[in-house]
Amino acid sequence: MLDQVFVLLKHWLLGYSPVVLQPAVSILLTILPILLVFPVLFALTTVLERKGLGRIQNRYGPNRVGFFGILQPMADAVKSLTKEDIVPASADHTVHFLAPLILLAVAFLPYAVLPIGRNMIAADLDAGVLFFFAIGAISELSVFMAGWSSRNKYSLLGAMRAVAQMISYEVPLLLSSVAVIMAAGSLSTVVIVEKQSGFSGIFPHWYVLTPWGFAGFILFMIAATAETNRSPFDLPEGESEIIAGYYIEYSGFKFALFFLGEYLGMFAISGLGITLFLGGWTAPLPFLTWVPSWIWFFAKLLGLIIGFIWVRGTLPRLRMDQLMNFAWKFMLPMALVVVVSAGAWRFLGQGVTRWLVSLVFIAVAYVLLARGVETRNRIAKRTYRFAE
Amino acid sequence: MSLMSATFFILAAITLVGACAAMMLRGLVHCALAVAIAFAGLGTLYLNLGAQFLGLAQLLVYVGAIAVLIVFVILLTRGGDSDSPPLSRAALPITGLLVAACIFAVLAWAVFHSFAVHSAVPLAAPATVRELGTVLMADYVLPLEVIGLMLTAALIGAAIIAMREKQATQ
Amino acid sequence: MTPLAGCLLVSSMLFAVGLAGALTRRNTILVLVGIELMLNAANLNFVAFWRFGPHNGASTGMIFGIFSIGVAAAEAAVGLALILAVYRHTKTTDLSQLTGRPQ
Repeated sequence: MLDQVFVLLKHWLLGYSPVVLQPAVSILLTILPILLVFPVLFALTTVLERKGLGRIQNRYGPNRVGFFGILQPMADAVKSLTKEDIVPASADHTVHFLAPLILLAVAFLPYAVLPIGRNMIAADLDAGVLFFFAIGAISELSVFMAGWSSRNKYSLLGAMRAVAQMISYEVPLLLSSVAVIMAAGSLSTVVIVEKQSGFSGIFPHWYVLTPWGFAGFILFMIAATAETNRSPFDLPEGESEIIAGYYIEYSGFKFALFFLGEYLGMFAISGLGITLFLGGWTAPLPFLTWVPSWIWFFAKLLGLIIGFIWVRGTLPRLRMDQLMNFAWKFMLPMALVVVVSAGAWRFLGQGVTRWLVSLVFIAVAYVLLARGVETRNRIAKRTYRFAE
Repeated sequence: MSLMSATFFILAAITLVGACAAMMLRGLVHCALAVAIAFAGLGTLYLNLGAQFLGLAQLLVYVGAIAVLIVFVILLTRGGDSDSPPLSRAALPITGLLVAACIFAVLAWAVFHSFAVHSAVPLAAPATVRELGTVLMADYVLPLEVIGLMLTAALIGAAIIAMREKQATQ
Repeated sequence: MTPLAGCLLVSSMLFAVGLAGALTRRNTILVLVGIELMLNAANLNFVAFWRFGPHNGASTGMIFGIFSIGVAAAEAAVGLALILAVYRHTKTTDLSQLTGRPQ
């Protein structure tokens, strides 16, 4: 009953609207929670991140505004709304104005295919996962628009690096999802979650608890960190590297829109990772199924967000060539091996054989690739080249 | 039915405006962004016609990859720096536009004199991804393998053609 | 005008615009953009006939469209690589300078 409270609420409210307007009201009632919940989550995440990073770095985070700094987003909102909106004189005004708008529109769209709870999905598309990736690919163009329209060398450089990074890491992201799609047999997110909803003894049927699923989940999360330009892959937007990358020339509200877009992208891709690997809205243990499904989804989302913040506070930033090498020379072959391993899992029968086979595939590939990546960059004796 | 036509007109208008802008604007990056709009409009047209997989594949490949590739190459070849007029001089632009207009006239005549204007109510055409996958693996497996080979060849070929030659000065 | 005729007209217009651009623009990259627009117009034709044509339901139209998108991607990649190589050699992407015709 508590599980379906939002669905029942929507049907009850729908009963109060005139019959002619019912399709439009239904769509509105489906979209409105998404538009309200995720920006509020964004506000909470900014506080969580700053306090979390502060604690990792042995300092307090913001603690002036409100009880333990919880009202900090309000202060940030007031600041960003009242700051002067400076646009450089030589900037391309149309493209400069459109870039944050397109980024925001494209950041909200993927939430339509994430199943937040049982029967709680905005659009049950037949090709849901493909929709998610298509929309994610469009956001690269808006990043480029932002960087190019500012007519600033650093901005353009940051934008090109960001786009190159996003394109490079899209391939392992897609390949690790292909492994899940192959195991589930469908591109629809609802079907993928339903395939993970059984229990064998005490263990759920989540894909992360299989050898290929575990490796695929790790690859997916690394690629997701790179796709959303989060540290340690935030070279295009690091403050100490390139000032602020492709949003240098944005101030005030447009900068806040970029920030919002980036965090929304982070939540969306975490949501997809949860749907594909962590079982979506299903409970982890059989005796916990009385907890509502949407609480499980948000709990897993919170766990992944904390993981992102933790990684940001711990690992140093990757250099551009290290980043590209990692994507093309390690993650892409590893993702291909995960696909093969998932295929072996799917087509061998139940039993110990398929565990062993898929584990052997992944372990051997990992050792070989890690060895290969390591030996190339051996530190050599310094040589000097003089001008002749 | 009328709602479908309204969305179809809007999407078709966006696509055509994007395509015309791509062929007429001065700045190269503006042209590239306009053609990205045209591709996106086409992708949504496919979605409107019920081809889910094809529409999303169009958005993913054309807007997400080909448009970005075009933009990269424009920036790598210092596009937009030259201040020469966008169209060639002398008689060439008129000839080109005339040829295009003639071809459009012929195609429009062919459309209006074909069965297309007399066909009845369109039937629903379901195409789940599962059916598509079955057909691809059963009937069209040879083209599938050939296109895999071709894409590999294109990848290697493009990388080799665009590779900077190694400087032999030490 | 039936939906099929509407789709076909749109694709014809798109084809004509792409052809006009490919014939008149001076920059090689924009010629390639025109070619891509023509390919897309043909794709739209395929999807329109798949949806509204007499043999609707058969997936041939969609399969052809998928393969066409794949081939167009490969062709765009190789074409743009060629443009890059030519630019490195001649430092220009202007067609009138590349063909050597005095204009």
